[in-house]
Amino acid sequence: MGLKQNLHNFRQKNKDKKWLPAFSAIHTFLFLPNETTHNGTHIKAADDLKRTMNTVIMAMVPCLIFGMFNAGYQHHLAFGEIQQATNGFFSAEFWTLDNFLVGFWKVIPLVIVSYVVGLAIEIFFAVKNSHEVEEGYLVTGMLVPLIVPIDTPLWMLAVAVAFGVVIGKEVFGGTGMNILNPALTIRAFLFFAYPTWMSGDKVWVHGAVEQDQLIAAGQNVDAISGETILGSLAQGKAAGYEVMDMFYGLIPGSVGETSTLLILLGALFLIFTKIGSWRIMLSSVVGALVMGLIFNAVVSSGWITESSKFYGLMSTEFWHHLLIGGFAFGTVFMATDPVTASQTTKGKWIYGFLVGFISIMIRVFNPAYPEGVMLAILLMNVFAPTIDHYVVQGNVKKRMKRLKAKVA
Amino acid sequence: MSKDIKIKKGLDIKLVGEAEKATENAIISNSYSIRPEDFHSIIPKLVAKEGTRVKAGETLFYNKDNEAMKFVSPVSGEITEVQRGPRRRIDAIKILADKEQTFIDYGKFDLTSDAEKTKAHLLATGCWSFIKQRPYDVIANANNTPKAIFVSGYASAPLAADLDYTLAGKEAELQAAVTALSKLTEGSVHVSVGKTSNSPLANLEHTITHKVSGPHPSGNVGTLINKVDPINKGEIVWTVNAQDLVIIGELLLTGKFNAERIVAFAGSSVKKPRYFKTKLGAEIATMVYDNGVERDGNDRIISGNVLTGKQVAPDGHLDYYSNVITVIPEGDDYELFGWNKPVFNKISTSRALTFSWLTPKKKYDLNTNTNGEHRAFVVTGSYEEVFPLDIYPMQILKACMYQDLDEMEALGMYEVAPEDFALTEFVCVSKQPHQKIIREGLDLMLKEIG
Repeated sequence: MGLKQNLHNFRQKNKDKKWLPAFSAIHTFLFLPNETTHNGTHIKAADDLKRTMNTVIMAMVPCLIFGMFNAGYQHHLAFGEIQQATNGFFSAEFWTLDNFLVGFWKVIPLVIVSYVVGLAIEIFFAVKNSHEVEEGYLVTGMLVPLIVPIDTPLWMLAVAVAFGVVIGKEVFGGTGMNILNPALTIRAFLFFAYPTWMSGDKVWVHGAVEQDQLIAAGQNVDAISGETILGSLAQGKAAGYEVMDMFYGLIPGSVGETSTLLILLGALFLIFTKIGSWRIMLSSVVGALVMGLIFNAVVSSGWITESSKFYGLMSTEFWHHLLIGGFAFGTVFMATDPVTASQTTKGKWIYGFLVGFISIMIRVFNPAYPEGVMLAILLMNVFAPTIDHYVVQGNVKKRMKRLKAKVA
Repeated sequence: MSKDIKIKKGLDIKLVGEAEKATENAIISNSYSIRPEDFHSIIPKLVAKEGTRVKAGETLFYNKDNEAMKFVSPVSGEITEVQRGPRRRIDAIKILADKEQTFIDYGKFDLTSDAEKTKAHLLATGCWSFIKQRPYDVIANANNTPKAIFVSGYASAPLAADLDYTLAGKEAELQAAVTALSKLTEGSVHVSVGKTSNSPLANLEHTITHKVSGPHPSGNVGTLINKVDPINKGEIVWTVNAQDLVIIGELLLTGKFNAERIVAFAGSSVKKPRYFKTKLGAEIATMVYDNGVERDGNDRIISGNVLTGKQVAPDGHLDYYSNVITVIPEGDDYELFGWNKPVFNKISTSRALTFSWLTPKKKYDLNTNTNGEHRAFVVTGSYEEVFPLDIYPMQILKACMYQDLDEMEALGMYEVAPEDFALTEFVCVSKQPHQKIIREGLDLMLKEIG
């Protein structure tokens, strides 16, 4: 029992050291601790927070891998090096090693920077406040690279992660105490601090920004445009992609958000394992469809004309909203964060519905940036405790009523 | 009004080592011990001195707040030691039992007596210690009149003693006890029995019988109260364990405090799990080691069930309120990649690479490993699946943690006892000590509100 015993001895020897949580964080990744129950229940169920978080990461891995292929594919496509994949998701032209490698070398640094900066801060606070390192960042660290544009500079990401973890989480007391979803706090920081890197038609395809800079420097190269579907629609242009392309995800967008198919698979996995809340996911989809239908009705009853700047997005078929932009990804992986979502069953229905509803509303009306999922979820994060408060008050009132019925 | 109670939310934890329905007389243990800590919140005033002799049923100590409330010796013999802890707190009163047992004769009690006389008799004979109250889950305050009294005759906890079996043939004692108890309440005595059971409690007079079905905690008295007549602010209910009715009944009928009790001896570390006849406070070492638990094995001995029992040392004693002794393996070992590998041999309510959902009938051999470290509350919605009461479990736990008395009261703190939170503690992903949090919350309320 070499390693197991050695690590145990090392741990015993350094029991009182301040940096022990840092060691624990690594130790507990190798071995489930030897901790036993005391009084209270003498047995415990198999799940712990690491297992829960790991399940979410597993659900995201297909999106991550697809994101790498898609990054390469969009890059080569924009530079005219390959033809449009004819067979959608099942095209051999899409699943090439070349596509993968281009994406791999762009995405992996994002993942590494996200985890290294985030975990370093987590460990620092754990040591400082002498508690164990909590697992919350495992999921956040994976979410972050999936919701940023492919060419996001690494230093920018590092700054944003540091901001998000400290301001979004640690100031509230760490995992379990935060009000806002940390991954979206990081995304929002990037969005407001470096807007040129987060929107427009240059950032979604690897190499487009670089090309622009070359042009600005006077070189004679072609400008590359990789507009997202939402971007096109907001400018009143056609979407430019088949519905199946949107569903499969062969479109420009943030790294992991494009493939609705794989996000759906992840959602089914999360629901099956009972880790993700199906109530939030379902009610969010319903909320989005309702808002979409309202906009469609506005268009079909002729209240706005084609000259309106909202016409493009408002006239988009209501159910297409589920396939484009970050809606699917946000609904499945971010709105369901148990800490920042509503915590009561009834509250989850209300919260989810409003996330979907407001997402599409902001998406259509946001003049500067045609997407609303991030802001909708952050907004509802803020309101989630209020929703819960009223749901719980219902229970409290029932108790009061019972008492009154007795007294009367 | 009798009521069928069927609950859906809950969890049956199926464990290896269920006691076979055969009773043996435990090898007579000579050493007995009464521990005041079993009587939560009671401050004992010692009567019996070290070295004196007592009869079975003779007072050992009384309640400092109510001198009439006596706590008596389960056996006759010599008091060998009064163990004391910090600040001269009494930890245990040890008694060396006589070979021939002698009893104090309290006389046959007239069951038609009024409430005051019944109360006085139960207080004087030590039987009051079996009556608990809610709110607060402490021994009942004898100055109150409860709105109802509840007895659960259905044990749904893992490896619990089957009450149909342990109470069989005790109809007369049970009847005497509930007749006396029915005098003490302005309402009724509610008794629950399993839906398919053949309980001696089913057809008693002066009671209302409720048939319960569904997973654990369907047999918890807290579930019964919540479904039949939930406690409102200012109301009090009393509860008595079914097996203790037998002791009360026998005292009323014969005048003797006979502390005999049939106890299930169960758990995966027990070679031949079955029932034993013993007495409360008995040392368990003889029973445990002479009957198939390895003497140098790495096991956890629990007086009570695996969810709510107390850990006892091998030379420890049977708890005052337990009718089961469970022995399971300790889990003080590391497990390589235990946090992410697929798990087939542990119970889980999720399906996060845990596969107990595939085999709902399988019996598990669980050890005392926590399967993870203590964390802040993160996951939501999992407690509600195993918590049948109309209360928000996580919200009330948090209210206890930040000690907001108003919120605790509003969320239903008067209705709960720590054992109601045993299942939520079992499934808790963050490994929070729910029962301890609730106990401390109740103690705080008891102190501040009373």
